[in-house]
Amino acid sequence: MKKLFAALSAASAIGLASAGPALADHTVKVGIIAPFSGPFAIWGKQFQEAIEVYVAQNGESAGGHRIEFVYKDSGGPNPSGTKALAQELVISDGVDYLGGFVFTPNALAVAPLIDEAQIPTVIFNAATSIIVEKSDYFVRTSFSLWQVSVPMAEWAYAQGIRTAAISVTDYGPGNDAEIAFKTAFEALGGTVVDTIKMPLATTDFAPFMQRIKDQSPDAVFGFLPAGPPSFAYIKAYNENGLREAGIEFLGTGEMDETTLEAIGDAAIGITTAYHYSGAHPSEMNQAFTDKIDEMFPGSVTNLASVGAYDGAHILYQMIGAVGSERTEAVDVVRGLAWESPRGPVSIDPVTRHITQNVYIRRVARDENGRLVNEEFDVIEAVPDLGLVEN
Amino acid sequence: MSVFFGILVDGVSYGMILFMISVGLTITMGLMRVINLAHGSFALIGGATAHWLTSEMGVGYYAAVPLAVLATMMVAMVLEKVFYRKIYQFTELQQVLATIGITFLCIATVNYLLGSTILPIKIPEVFTESISLGFRSMPVHRLVVIVMGLVVVVALFLLLERTNFGIQLRAAVDNRTMADALGIDTVRIFALSFSLGAGLAAFGGILGAELLPVEAYYPLRYMVLFLVVVAVGGMGSIAGSFLAAIGLGIIDTAARYIVPEYGTIFFFVVMMLVLALRPRGLLGRI
Repeated sequence: MKKLFAALSAASAIGLASAGPALADHTVKVGIIAPFSGPFAIWGKQFQEAIEVYVAQNGESAGGHRIEFVYKDSGGPNPSGTKALAQELVISDGVDYLGGFVFTPNALAVAPLIDEAQIPTVIFNAATSIIVEKSDYFVRTSFSLWQVSVPMAEWAYAQGIRTAAISVTDYGPGNDAEIAFKTAFEALGGTVVDTIKMPLATTDFAPFMQRIKDQSPDAVFGFLPAGPPSFAYIKAYNENGLREAGIEFLGTGEMDETTLEAIGDAAIGITTAYHYSGAHPSEMNQAFTDKIDEMFPGSVTNLASVGAYDGAHILYQMIGAVGSERTEAVDVVRGLAWESPRGPVSIDPVTRHITQNVYIRRVARDENGRLVNEEFDVIEAVPDLGLVEN
Repeated sequence: MSVFFGILVDGVSYGMILFMISVGLTITMGLMRVINLAHGSFALIGGATAHWLTSEMGVGYYAAVPLAVLATMMVAMVLEKVFYRKIYQFTELQQVLATIGITFLCIATVNYLLGSTILPIKIPEVFTESISLGFRSMPVHRLVVIVMGLVVVVALFLLLERTNFGIQLRAAVDNRTMADALGIDTVRIFALSFSLGAGLAAFGGILGAELLPVEAYYPLRYMVLFLVVVAVGGMGSIAGSFLAAIGLGIIDTAARYIVPEYGTIFFFVVMMLVLALRPRGLLGRI
């Protein structure tokens, strides 16, 4: 009898050990920090929809761990508020992982915290190169301005463009884009005829357009935040006759899918270099966009969607492998390669930034009459050139 | 020389847009003396309605503009009856707080109904074409704004200076008790003037939408512009607002063309200089 009991308990112990994580009523919580209210609320919406699509496609658990997402509203750029939210998530909500982060200052603010609490943190957007260097717990699934601006400069030069004016919005990402484009373009032998830093609040671009037109360069490289600035800039570009004069616009994220329809016909033919187009031709992306359309009618996918979708993928990989034993979780995804809706990607084992294709796209109407970024050229497997070249 | 004329043309057209979106505030804040920080909300309501009519309901632009302006005036009538009649009696700080609260209500409502992205207003094809001025070209919609701005200046001047309504309004704001005693229906005069100010805000918001795109945060994004134009022009002076808007438009445009790296600082330097020398603005009444 005793022997039988011992055998039984041994068997059950083995059973428990092997099935432990699945049987244990254990949920791993992930805190998502993003703007869900205020002028940038669209970011939180895009993040949440993409995560919910990922969950619908891949189930609520990974490696036997049930995954629960907790969403917190950071509003706009707000470092101290973001840090407090992260603290609250870790201490009160008991999250083991963090994700989200639209603005660079917000991401930088949590670096000391995630170091101390050993919280792996996936950045879905914040695109300044240095962020990932501030903590070994950061992994980034978005892009950096260097990563997309350098390919734009190289592609332009290859097309025979030799002189360019640069017009960027005068804030952090704008300066990154300016330096990246200028460095790459001049290294090839191109000439930058003028650099214009435009005030962040401006929506009347006519004077800048006139100034650029007077210098008649082959192209104008621009960086502006998507929204009222990019809307008004592209209209001014057309209406002040730069397009007619053959001054080609070169950009990165200005043709964001969430503002494209608002810009309308003025956007057709605009060339940009970017890592994701909602119209990327692949089965994976088709499944992604179809599911978004099914679950959230009227929504479109953009860089925020794909950043969050791949961010969810990274989180699932880490949680699936180690659950809440998170201290070594980042090592799980170093060098991880997979297919994303944007195309083949991998996490650089050293920088923990995403290595990805950069596509050259042109705005056109698809067969349904919707405006899309049509990819027609690709620069493969580009790392964060800001981290490589600086 | 062509640079000079280029700046002049762009500056005047930008200034005219500033005038169009601010002139309503000259009436509500300048004449009626209510610190109406919710002014941009009426531009937003007008712009959002015009967006809804042109994009979702398939109404043509020329019909959508008057409909949207009328709808805004009706909303303003209701808000005037419910809130502003009490707000007139408030102290200045209370007016600031109450009207900023109304602004947040409007932002949240538009955000809830139409989302936080840009709400484009479909303009007729001809508006996006360029016309040649000889030395340079200019989009038609800017010309439309310039013409409409001039029409509004003249119409408002005639309304306020030459009609019975204008006389009654001026009497009512100068001394409401006396105006009441003389049998002027000041409640009605105030309601009409307020909704006129809101209607002008809506009209300016719609016409200026190519340059200042309409979206939920419009009232906060451009609030400083409206206030600066009215303050520099002088409270209650239509001509003052006109001069201020055109002057500021030209200075801002010139600064952006010649020294873009200094941003919009000249706009504010000019404002400070004018207010330091003439605290009541260019043509302010005592």
